Amino acid sequence: MTKMSDQPLIDVRGLRKRYGRKTVLKGLNMGVDAGQVVALLGANGAGKSTLMRIISGLSKADSGQVWLGGAELKQAGHELRRYIGLVSHAPLLYDNLTAWENLDFFAHMYDLLAPEVRMEALLRSVDLWPRRHDLVRTYSRGMTQRLAIARAILHDPPVLLLDEPDTGLDQPSSQMLHNLIRQLGAANRAILFSTHNLEQALHWSDWICILANGEIVHRQPAAELSVDDLRELYGQW
Amino acid sequence: MASGNGLMPMQIADHPAQMRTEGGATAYFRKLWRITRKELQTELRAREAIGAMAAFSVLAVVIFGLAFDLAPRMDLIVPGILWGILLFAGVLGLNRSFGAEVDKGSLAALLLAPMDRSAVYFGKVLANFLFILATQIIVLPIMLVIFDINLFRLWILVGLFLGILGYVFVGTLFAALTVSVRARESMLPILLLPVMMPLFVAGVGLTALVLNGREFGDFDHWLLMLATYDLIFLVIAYMVFDLIWEDV
Repeated sequence: MTKMSDQPLIDVRGLRKRYGRKTVLKGLNMGVDAGQVVALLGANGAGKSTLMRIISGLSKADSGQVWLGGAELKQAGHELRRYIGLVSHAPLLYDNLTAWENLDFFAHMYDLLAPEVRMEALLRSVDLWPRRHDLVRTYSRGMTQRLAIARAILHDPPVLLLDEPDTGLDQPSSQMLHNLIRQLGAANRAILFSTHNLEQALHWSDWICILANGEIVHRQPAAELSVDDLRELYGQW
Repeated sequence: MASGNGLMPMQIADHPAQMRTEGGATAYFRKLWRITRKELQTELRAREAIGAMAAFSVLAVVIFGLAFDLAPRMDLIVPGILWGILLFAGVLGLNRSFGAEVDKGSLAALLLAPMDRSAVYFGKVLANFLFILATQIIVLPIMLVIFDINLFRLWILVGLFLGILGYVFVGTLFAALTVSVRARESMLPILLLPVMMPLFVAGVGLTALVLNGREFGDFDHWLLMLATYDLIFLVIAYMVFDLIWEDV
């Protein structure tokens, strides 16, 4: 996939979203360039998941725009969804299918040509190859999450949205995810991930964004911050 | 583990995703069929929809058999029982259609896929049609035994085909509409059954006349009504299905 303009690969402009009387996003602006890994921090209920869902097209904003690769999400056809890979709180998998059947199903949904080689590579890399013919309902939380990550990148999306992707992962799996994020970032993908783990945010990302009161209230390169700095900043909000 | 000190990083660039270049109707129907196949595959393993519908239907036939044991003319009662059971049993399966996907979060993944979302709808319609058809294949012989009425007659079967089709067109749409609603299990029948009244009336009318040995010309209007109902809701569902996914 190629970038269509000089815009950031993820470009969010003036995003507003209300749930009933609660305003979750108040004209939020942010951008993520190709090759950038951005950590999104914020308290529970700050709107991190809402932002991810709006960028992915699963939720609609009350106003504002989301541009992906130079195309406006609302105006673009369904083909733009190829740009997006999403790892959410829910695994987005079928637990009565095996890991192989799940990836095979989504490979067909994304029109992948001869996907078996890539499916095998992904399953091996998330260490599920020996369990590929087991039903997902027999997997542990961590295994399911690893498969969810494999599903999200199956179609090689330029934009990767990871909503607390380390949930349920043990240390080696978490390291695998870190390597993966670094590898995808180096491959010119735009990666936005949310987390509550400040050390992980600093270690994994190029930029830190803090979401509070419906807006990005702080944005700074991760390299300029220490964990203590970040803790202090985070505490202010 | 893939390595002794943790999982190996994958070399994605070594195995790039290659997309098919052709799209259009071929890709659309290929995805539609894959969705149907996935529904059948998961249902065969879980047996949630067909199991519930078949168990309910068989019990209902037995209960009605006992209730109307002394009725003088079964051919006047059986059409209502057949179509009534079809409607109520179908709700059990339709509730599972999107409910299970939302509960497990897989619907979001499906809606993220680059395709016209009507393919999701028609994939589900086809699966629901097969589930309800399978249930009827179980019910009809049992009704033959209990009521001593042979429902295996051409125009009754044609009517059932059209009736089930119309039912799943509307039912799948309403199941999608109510999936994010609290108490969706009770909301679906409350919304769906009133809309199904024309189909129910036509189905019962058709079945009664066929059982009464009437000529095609006496009941063709009921068949026409069923077919028209199907066509109307096919078009409506196709037009609105993409618009109903505000928040999944």
